[in-house]
Amino acid sequence: MTYTQLAILSVILVVIADRYVLKTHLLQRKAFWTAYAIIISFQLITNWWLTSRKILSYSEDVILGLRIASAPAEDLLFGFSMVTLTISLWIFWGRKGIQRL
Amino acid sequence: MLIFTFLGSIWLEVFLKVGVLRRIKRALLSILPVAILFLIWDYHAVISGHWWFDEEQVVGILGPKGIPLEEFLFFIVVPLAALLTIEAVRTQRPHWKFGDEQ
Repeated sequence: MTYTQLAILSVILVVIADRYVLKTHLLQRKAFWTAYAIIISFQLITNWWLTSRKILSYSEDVILGLRIASAPAEDLLFGFSMVTLTISLWIFWGRKGIQRL
Repeated sequence: MLIFTFLGSIWLEVFLKVGVLRRIKRALLSILPVAILFLIWDYHAVISGHWWFDEEQVVGILGPKGIPLEEFLFFIVVPLAALLTIEAVRTQRPHWKFGDEQ
């Protein structure tokens, strides 16, 4: 699979995890989107840094070629999946009573 | 970049007292499974040639398949920053629902 396909698949799986597996329903919450807005701003800065300086490079064969802040658009999907799943688990464990407060 | 992300978020623990590091068990239970999944993806991407790292611009400590130490730290530091951010939002908007209220 290409990076594009894997990135889209990861978003689908994370949406399912949030909604049906962990049942945290983050994607309906203002709190989540507020945090995500902050996170994506910083992601754009670090993506730009890593890719414009070629610390990290991508094969043109596995990406669409659409670039945002010098990094492949797919990176935003990758980041969304990673961040959302982490927060979803955090909320899940809190609801289970693990170090809730 | 890692230092920027770490310093850019860790102050929330100190000044807003978000209490993520204080709840280290919950944090690790959230960060490590995701880190493992995404490291598998990363490993697959590196061996498939989807992306690569500039050897001149990493510290030089390499894991399997030449994955730099920084990449392993990335999958700890970035999720930690995400948790610090969501908890910082909670300190500023305590009446909002986060899903783990009793």
